[in-house]
Amino acid sequence: MFMQTLSSPQVNPTAQRQPVIVANHLNHYFGQGSLRKQVLFEINLEIQTGEIVIMTGPSGSGKTTLLTLMGGLRSAQEGSLKILGQEICGATQRQLTQLRQQIGYIFQAHNLMSFLTARQNVRMALELHDGGSAQAMDAKALAMLEAVGLGHRADYYPENLSGGQKQRVAIARALISHPKIVLADEPTAALDKKSGRDVVELMQKLAKEQGCTILLVTHDNRILDIADRIIYMEDGRLK
Amino acid sequence: MARKTPVAWLQLMKEKTRLLVAIAGIGFADMLMFVQLGFQDSLYDSATVPHRLLQADLVITNPQFKSLTSIQSFNRERLYQTLSDDAVQSVSSIYIGMGDWKNPDTRLVRSILVWGVEPGAPSFRLPELSQNADSLKLLNQVWFDQAGRPEYGAIPALVQQQGSFEAELNRQTVRAVGLFTMGSSFVADGNVLTSDSTFLKLYPDRKPEQPDVGLIQLKPNADRQQVQTRLKALLPPDVTVLTVEEFAAVEKHYWESQGTIGFIFGMGVFVGFVVGTVIVYQILYTDVANHLPEYATLKAMGYDNRYLIGVLLQEALLLAVLGYIPGFAVAIGLYHLTHAATLLPIGMTMNRAIIVFLLTILMCGASGAIATRKLRSADPADIF
Ligand SMILES: Nc1ncnc2c1ncn2[C@@H]1O[C@H](COP(=O)(O)OP(=O)(O)OP(=O)(O)O)[C@@H](O)[C@H]1O
Ligand SMILES: [Mg+2]
Repeated sequence: MFMQTLSSPQVNPTAQRQPVIVANHLNHYFGQGSLRKQVLFEINLEIQTGEIVIMTGPSGSGKTTLLTLMGGLRSAQEGSLKILGQEICGATQRQLTQLRQQIGYIFQAHNLMSFLTARQNVRMALELHDGGSAQAMDAKALAMLEAVGLGHRADYYPENLSGGQKQRVAIARALISHPKIVLADEPTAALDKKSGRDVVELMQKLAKEQGCTILLVTHDNRILDIADRIIYMEDGRLK
Repeated sequence: MARKTPVAWLQLMKEKTRLLVAIAGIGFADMLMFVQLGFQDSLYDSATVPHRLLQADLVITNPQFKSLTSIQSFNRERLYQTLSDDAVQSVSSIYIGMGDWKNPDTRLVRSILVWGVEPGAPSFRLPELSQNADSLKLLNQVWFDQAGRPEYGAIPALVQQQGSFEAELNRQTVRAVGLFTMGSSFVADGNVLTSDSTFLKLYPDRKPEQPDVGLIQLKPNADRQQVQTRLKALLPPDVTVLTVEEFAAVEKHYWESQGTIGFIFGMGVFVGFVVGTVIVYQILYTDVANHLPEYATLKAMGYDNRYLIGVLLQEALLLAVLGYIPGFAVAIGLYHLTHAATLLPIGMTMNRAIIVFLLTILMCGASGAIATRKLRSADPADIF
């Protein structure tokens, strides 16, 4: 792999095979002094463009910690972690903020702004990028909501949407600006079986269309089949 | 339509009850500040109404004269000395005294300010005086201030109905034969105008050659400032030469330097300011606290701290403007009510409108700035 990228840096027949996430000997600690506790040990991981990777593992094994590091939501401490070519170890707040704009996040809780309608929530993600005129952004947001099957709920406030619908709005928000990477932490945990399945299938479909990479943490065995690859974390180590 | 979603506005508008509470709170704080500042200004203004009505180019007083509450007379000889200056056209003088007016209905005695003027010579810029000062010339005939407090009795109505009315001033019988408009102040609740001879009869202890205010009329085209400088040099230091504005400023300064008024009203303004700050802070703080995951999500999406601080400060400023409007309206209403009830010269001024607006901005901005500290606890690493 290393040889491959070196030998063909310009011509890009392997565009699908470029790593967007590369972790090398990544360690992470929580706490200070005697309370300092290592939660990630020697993580080595490479995820390619367009891959859908599911990470599972017991509670407390460090999955969320790894995800927040990859999303630039937490400063990396030791080792190397490159996201979209940007080294996270020692990155400035500014670089992290910029990196975050390239990533779509889907959380267990939908985290929609309660005072914004579905459409306005989706638009907020678009406004970080050059989304065009106000009308163009509204049209894009509406199209995205239609893509997740919520065109008829565009002007609803989150309080008037069901759990599954809210999660679908969150997906529309995460995907509207065509991020290269989507990070999702137990996106189905708060949903019933049927809507959980719908939500991940929707993620899979949209991601395939946009050619983006998905890293999804889940305890839900019923959705493992959508993954291209499954990785397993235990006690802070990838197995 | 705006290019950016107006997050601050939408957030405020989503919860109408909370918004109304906030507006009511800020409006109340503003109203409090308006009322306090309004009262303070009106007290200062009312204390100098008579001064500013004086018909004179220059005024001579005893340098000890600090306020109408502590009148100091001067030697009339000084007034005549000024006539030696070519620019001086004429001089006249006014006696001032605190009198006891007996309410003809209740028989209750109340302090009143008595002005003894030379009828026919310049004294006050009152239309009533320029029309017909003759009735003042007769001994024991006085004019009554119709803008005074009603506690003196229904004198204006009686004078209007009967043409004249007998009353008791300083235990002497006087006849109120005319009305004029000056106004109450916290020096006195009312005013009586008399001739100098009537005044001296009402105050047997006062010496005729010792008036309280000397009025100087200059010839047309005379340079007031130059004459003032010349007269100051000419006259011994037992008198001072002032313009009417300076004379009013002396009175105003007296009340300001008393401190109590400024302190009391300053206190009121401060309380209003604090109440407003606490309310706005409370609103904005709970706003952030209740929406921490959402704010953290915004950070995770790539919005920086500056953006979130901006949203919060925008909310603060919107609240400031939204709260100011009803505060302003209510204050104007209260000014009208106060004026009707006390006859104090109270009303909205541009100056005060701007000051209170700036205070509101400061109040909301300050609490907004404190509330932004809570934003730091919106950590995007905690939202997964
Ligand atoms: N902010 C923190 N401070 C200190 N320790 C933490 C913090 N966050 C997580 N930990 C610890 O780090 C370890 C890994 O936590 P993490 O949340 O990554 O686990 P997880 O695999 O996501 O678990 P789950 O499946 O329950 O979500 C746990 O032992 C946890 O107690
Ligand atoms: Mg977790």
